[in-house]
Amino acid sequence: MGGKTLYDKLWDAHVVREEKDGTALLYIDRHLVHEVTSPQAFEGLKLAGRSPWRTRSMVAVPDHNVPTTGRNETIKDPVSRIQVETLDKNCSDLGITEFKMGDVRQGIVHVIGPEQGLIMPGMTVVCGDSHTATHGAFGALAFGIGTSEVEHVMATQCLLQKKSKNMLVKVNGPVQQGVSAKDIILAIIGQLGTAGGTGYAIEFSGQAIQNLSMEGRMTVCNMAIEAGARSGMIAVDETTINYVLGRPYAVSGDQQATAVEAWKQLQSDPDAVFDKVIELDGASIEPQVTWGTSPEMVLPVTGNVPDPDQEPNPTKAEGIRKAIKYMGVEAGQSLESIRPDKIFIGSCTNARVEDLREAAAVARGKKVASTVKLAMVVPGSGLVKQQAEAEGLDQIFIEAGFEWREPGCSMCLAMNADRLEPQERCASTSNRNFEGRQGAGGRTHLVSPAMAAAAAVTGHFVDVRELMA
Amino acid sequence: MEKFTVLDGLVVPLDRANVDTDAIIPKQYLKSIKRAGFGPNLFDDWRYLDPGEPGMDNSTRRVNEDFVLNQVAYQGAEVLLARENFGCGSSREHAVWALEDYGIRSVIAPSFADIFFNNCFKNGVLPIILADEAVDRLFSEVSGHNGYSLHIDLDAQNIKTPSGETFTFEVDPFRKHCLLNGLDDIALTLQHAADIKLYEQKRQSEAPWLFS
Ligand code: SF4
Repeated sequence: MGGKTLYDKLWDAHVVREEKDGTALLYIDRHLVHEVTSPQAFEGLKLAGRSPWRTRSMVAVPDHNVPTTGRNETIKDPVSRIQVETLDKNCSDLGITEFKMGDVRQGIVHVIGPEQGLIMPGMTVVCGDSHTATHGAFGALAFGIGTSEVEHVMATQCLLQKKSKNMLVKVNGPVQQGVSAKDIILAIIGQLGTAGGTGYAIEFSGQAIQNLSMEGRMTVCNMAIEAGARSGMIAVDETTINYVLGRPYAVSGDQQATAVEAWKQLQSDPDAVFDKVIELDGASIEPQVTWGTSPEMVLPVTGNVPDPDQEPNPTKAEGIRKAIKYMGVEAGQSLESIRPDKIFIGSCTNARVEDLREAAAVARGKKVASTVKLAMVVPGSGLVKQQAEAEGLDQIFIEAGFEWREPGCSMCLAMNADRLEPQERCASTSNRNFEGRQGAGGRTHLVSPAMAAAAAVTGHFVDVRELMA
Repeated sequence: MEKFTVLDGLVVPLDRANVDTDAIIPKQYLKSIKRAGFGPNLFDDWRYLDPGEPGMDNSTRRVNEDFVLNQVAYQGAEVLLARENFGCGSSREHAVWALEDYGIRSVIAPSFADIFFNNCFKNGVLPIILADEAVDRLFSEVSGHNGYSLHIDLDAQNIKTPSGETFTFEVDPFRKHCLLNGLDDIALTLQHAADIKLYEQKRQSEAPWLFS
């Protein structure tokens, strides 16, 4: 028998019991909660007369609905307000830690978890949110769940799960200067397809991945779900350990040394067997732009919108036709000729301070093009905002003509007031370009923070490396 | 949870791949703190020509007559026939709640996104995976046949078409058991509370930092 993969190790360490058919009861260490997917779970718990199994495993934050301006006032949209107030009430009734809207630690759930040291290597992490995969960057098993499962974890601290298959995605060699974690994951999705990872847990490895900071690794794991995989993960190394230690909720004192020793085991064994292995050449990855309505509809910025008539598979050809129509682009059109109306730098994919630094480096001393109606930067958390302001990044953005907002999900999914109008086109650092994702009829092009800033200052998509030269 | 045993249901064909949860139930409806009432806004962006907001009177909106769900022949459908990677995107269970609230009890597709697939079983909706060719066949039969219904038998794990043809499907035994009996899996898990406590004690002694 071969060795174990990182996923095997994480899985085995959390199995409480296993049925004959392989269904396991899996123990959950950390449960993150936000306002959209929890109210029905809290209600179900109450109706059944149950209480949370381990309240301390839970941490809650409102993020999807919160406004990014006027934070001292109450939320104007009454429906959003009720949802946030419901979370506040549920948390205070049950004694659950919550970073409320006025708290500097408030932010997007997947940004604040790691920032607070709530995510440590070796943990199982769940949240009623598909981008929970983000936390796999810490050598943790992290995946999104539905609301019934949220209730199940609240009540039992466990989930009923079947083990996924193992996939290794290896990005060899370093990437070129100016190519970011976002470009890496978009290129992976372009190769794998949006369903390529379905049924798998993906481990990302290779030099290009190891070279990434924790911020970059989170960007990569964040979008594992866009390749169909519920979880993505990266082995623990010095970068991981250095990031975690010293954070408010992370292990400290006597236990620290033992913890670090245990964390160092969180790697796939050299002889581990994967069900599927995919390799990419890091050096060949270029800055990416999505042209269509699915993250797999992605190409290097120097590419052209595909021609459906050249696609032999009829279902795919039809998909391309629909996407072209929705996106208002033309077959064969160069991506560099596409001109966004709005720029959104934010979301749990790309709203950490490193992302803002990369965007600011491009925007510094330049002006947002006159054809761009709105360019906005939405930091991932109050602490990211604070840090960015301490470094003067806010001023660089403001001088260039960007709006500098309060933290939250914002235009990633447009549940608050930030949204695209029908037919408006956006260069966005978020993770989904589905129809209507950023507002009904809105058109989303996914890019890295540097590429979004480059599109802002030039008025069209452009290889950011040209601006850096 | 409602039991699922046998269903004789009218089929509505949705001929698109990668139907995502944003399409199934657009995000503005996720602001509800209830589980019910999502049906009228199922596939909202495709069903209506004007943008929808929560609380709107849908009867005053412009209906997209071209969309299958709005066609007379498919009113009252309980089976949704779909293409690959159905339910991709977010984890929102609201997508299943919307299907269920609309009256869909089973979705047939060549493949599903994992989280959506899981969520179906928690709500008495049966997702069925059939091979591409079988799905192709069903699509072509539905379009040429008014009032096309399927007979779905979960216990026997098969589907019968009006012409008497039978397709079998796989389903996880535990999930099947829960669905057939309408069982609440929290209660089932809590029968193992002693095991969970035992695990916790052992784990806490090995890795106490996980419990602080
Ligand atoms: S930023 Fe976007 S993807 Fe991330 S949690 Fe918020 S809505 Fe979801």
